[in-house]
Amino acid sequence: MISKRIIPCLDVRNGRVVKGVNFQEIRDMADPVEMARYYYETGADELVFYDITASVEGRKLFTDVLRAVASQIFIPLTVGGGINSLDDFDTVLKSGADKVSVNSGAIKNPSLIGAAAKRYGSQCVVLSIDVKRVDGNFHVFANGGRIDTGMDALEWAKQGEDLGAGEIVLNSIDTDGVRKGFDLPMLREFGKIVSVPLIASGGAGTMEDFLELFQYERIDAGLAAGVFHTKKIEIGNLKRYLKDSGVNVRI
Amino acid sequence: MIAVVDYGVGNLFSLLCSLRSLGLDCVVTNQKEVLKRAERIILPGVGAFGDAMEKLRESGLVDTVKELAAEKPLLGICLGMQLLFDKSMEHGEHEGLGLISGSVLPLANDIAPTLKVPHMGWNKLEIFRDDPIFQHFQNGEWVYYVHSYYATNCSDHMLGVSEYGVMVPGLVRSGRIYGMQFHPEKSGSAGLRLLKAFSEL
Repeated sequence: MISKRIIPCLDVRNGRVVKGVNFQEIRDMADPVEMARYYYETGADELVFYDITASVEGRKLFTDVLRAVASQIFIPLTVGGGINSLDDFDTVLKSGADKVSVNSGAIKNPSLIGAAAKRYGSQCVVLSIDVKRVDGNFHVFANGGRIDTGMDALEWAKQGEDLGAGEIVLNSIDTDGVRKGFDLPMLREFGKIVSVPLIASGGAGTMEDFLELFQYERIDAGLAAGVFHTKKIEIGNLKRYLKDSGVNVRI
Repeated sequence: MIAVVDYGVGNLFSLLCSLRSLGLDCVVTNQKEVLKRAERIILPGVGAFGDAMEKLRESGLVDTVKELAAEKPLLGICLGMQLLFDKSMEHGEHEGLGLISGSVLPLANDIAPTLKVPHMGWNKLEIFRDDPIFQHFQNGEWVYYVHSYYATNCSDHMLGVSEYGVMVPGLVRSGRIYGMQFHPEKSGSAGLRLLKAFSEL
């Protein structure tokens, strides 16, 4: 049977890895190629790269980084950030991405999901949703979690799946960066209505948080950034811990 | 030299990088002469079976691939492996290269509805029949799959299998023709070692 996946996420700006806490206070962490190699060698199942650059020069740097990573890291690579068109898909896929994650671009233009799924296959299209509770409902936030779209996140996830997204990343803004555990109540609500693989993001602080996450069988992967970048959790140790606790992981 | 067949499907960037990381000399080509000179051939592929066969036909390479399959090691990867079989039932019935007997059928018809399709992610490859392709590989190492159709009626050719509701033929062989349903170029060290073994056949 397929394993549960551990996915480090690298936010890249101007060719360097940065990590936000609650999407603010961005700090420089490291060289993305070095970091990717470290994660590859310690057992990451997949890597996610988000391009959080605004400038054209930064974009060029990002695809250079991506090519350098893809030429020496032989696990699946997902790329997101600023994906607004099929041309954007094309650029990152040709630079070594295996999957492409859409977020604000798909909110503005939902048909992008279907068009990309038709051209590259659903397995290539990941819908990433930044979710936050507003008045007891789950809202979709856009632009890196800054703007409340007012959209119902559960409906958006279902719509994304129907349009052809092959995986959904659920990032809880409420738990992101807080390191008090994944947003299990939120994840459960999505697990009830979505049937494509779900990737949980936001809140990982300890190895026990991942174990707790994977007790819920509908979750396929756990994604985190800060706890891995700071080596608070080392992926090799995490996977041995999960395996010893009965979780099916690749070791 | 390994020649990777270029017939206009899929992204060969990762595959080439993986071969080069092993220090292997490789080219991407749609030229018959280059394929004939190569010591080994890799047939890649992603997308739909019917489209891929059509593109292979348009490239004028069907007969060349069939001829060369009798002369030197050939490796089909993912959809490239499926093309080696007699036929596929992906969106209608399509004839394959017929180099390995068996047919490619939808996974969804044969597995529990609770199992997701595509079969995507890391799964263990269990050695079904020992072979030189496994010389650097240990039984039960993990490989990375992405596919919705799978080879059936090919048990005589199965070398490695993965369990996903059914026994999915992950690695098959007929003579010098090999097929990998998973992506060795995305399967970390285990995948690289399988590619290395192919380069040494």
